[in-house]
Amino acid sequence: MIRLILPTHLWRLANTDREVEIEVADPATIEAALDALEARYPMLRGTIRDHVTKERRAYVRFFACGEDWSHEPQDMLLPEAVVKGEQPLRIVGAMAGG
Amino acid sequence: MSGVRVLVGTHKGAFILTSSDRNGRWDVSGPHFAGWDIYHIKGSPLSPDRLYAAQSSDWFGQVIHRSDDGGKSWAPVGNQFPYDGNPGTHQFYDGTQHPWEFKQVWYLEPSLTDPETVYAGVEDAALFRSTDGAETWQELPGLRSVKGHLWQPGGGGMCLHTILQDPADPDRLYIAISAAGAFRSDDRGQTWRAINKGLHSDYELPDAEADVGHCVHNIAMHPSRPDVLFMQKHWDVLRSDNAGESWREVSGNLPSDFGFPIAVHAHEPETIYVVPIKSDAEHYPPDGKLRVYRSRTGGGEWEALTKGLPQKDCYVNVLRSAMAVDTLDPCGVYFGTTGGQVYASANSGDSWTTIVQDLPKVHSVEVQVLP
Repeated sequence: MIRLILPTHLWRLANTDREVEIEVADPATIEAALDALEARYPMLRGTIRDHVTKERRAYVRFFACGEDWSHEPQDMLLPEAVVKGEQPLRIVGAMAGG
Repeated sequence: MSGVRVLVGTHKGAFILTSSDRNGRWDVSGPHFAGWDIYHIKGSPLSPDRLYAAQSSDWFGQVIHRSDDGGKSWAPVGNQFPYDGNPGTHQFYDGTQHPWEFKQVWYLEPSLTDPETVYAGVEDAALFRSTDGAETWQELPGLRSVKGHLWQPGGGGMCLHTILQDPADPDRLYIAISAAGAFRSDDRGQTWRAINKGLHSDYELPDAEADVGHCVHNIAMHPSRPDVLFMQKHWDVLRSDNAGESWREVSGNLPSDFGFPIAVHAHEPETIYVVPIKSDAEHYPPDGKLRVYRSRTGGGEWEALTKGLPQKDCYVNVLRSAMAVDTLDPCGVYFGTTGGQVYASANSGDSWTTIVQDLPKVHSVEVQVLP
């Protein structure tokens, strides 16, 4: 179970809470986490990454365990603390975006 | 409820203003979609409680919502706008070629004939149609084949911002793009041609009378005379009496013929409204006076409408989709400003009242008369 923290616009759009828990199949990568998130909340498709290319939108950032994961390959395994649910994967709107 | 419902799209959410008599109290609902840029929100003429709203965000891209209860509740619908095939390139600000890239929806036009059909005008300029209530979108790519490589962004981006349907001929559509010009389809959007003869863009284009490339800001028609079109271009107010085959300038005695919106009175097809803006570099009213100008002669002769509007120190703008008329008698006229005011006139513009004065920057205003 992975904990995901969503930015305000997106948890309101998904009609859920700021933090959601998502079951992610192995291997637990950012891509797998986003696939699971979009499967449960299809209205989020296109808002975090491109519909087709799956590239992260320019003003979206991924933070985990105090590190910036925005530019890591999307098939890289998430930190163990995130995979165990001890730490959340944070999806953040970049400060420059507003 | 009976009365008037004004749909306002702003930089940080949508607002729905309702009144039973246009002269008394207004109920203000919102912000809906708080924090999102709402470029347009519009209702179906066939089913007035069916509303469509376009939300966009630099962070999170494009979202579309639909309501079936007049805006009390909303459901997210399709937000994927795939260009048909490889869209190629268009002209960029600097004259080089630049790939076509979807950025956002500027305009939503529900069909006059089918409540499940809605058109979307987008940036980079293209026209999309949904026939399933905005769940899925398909491009009408014939439009981009009309010298799309010569289209270029205006100051707001390369946007398809106006869609008009001919109520007498369901095959006929008009659209306008900044900066490409006006275009017409006579086969429900499959094929298109430029209708820009008579437009002169001396300061914007190397060929002032080019087929395409003109920065058309808005076009309007009266439903009883769909062959008569009115245009606010970057500079110049124009009219066409032959469905866009040719245009002539009707700026007349306007203090400035630069501006963004243009609207037609609901019951007088020769009565039109514009809001003169000082210049392309100075997006505010001349002399700090917010004046709507009305022509009762289809252009040429204009009168300033000032009663109830600020006549000193006013430096707001009125954007291209931010003026609308209702169909009551006398005709109501409404517009919103970049300063967050929404003004209403219940007497065809003779006098104005402020409905709200502190909203975010207003992108769009639409009006519905409720039974």
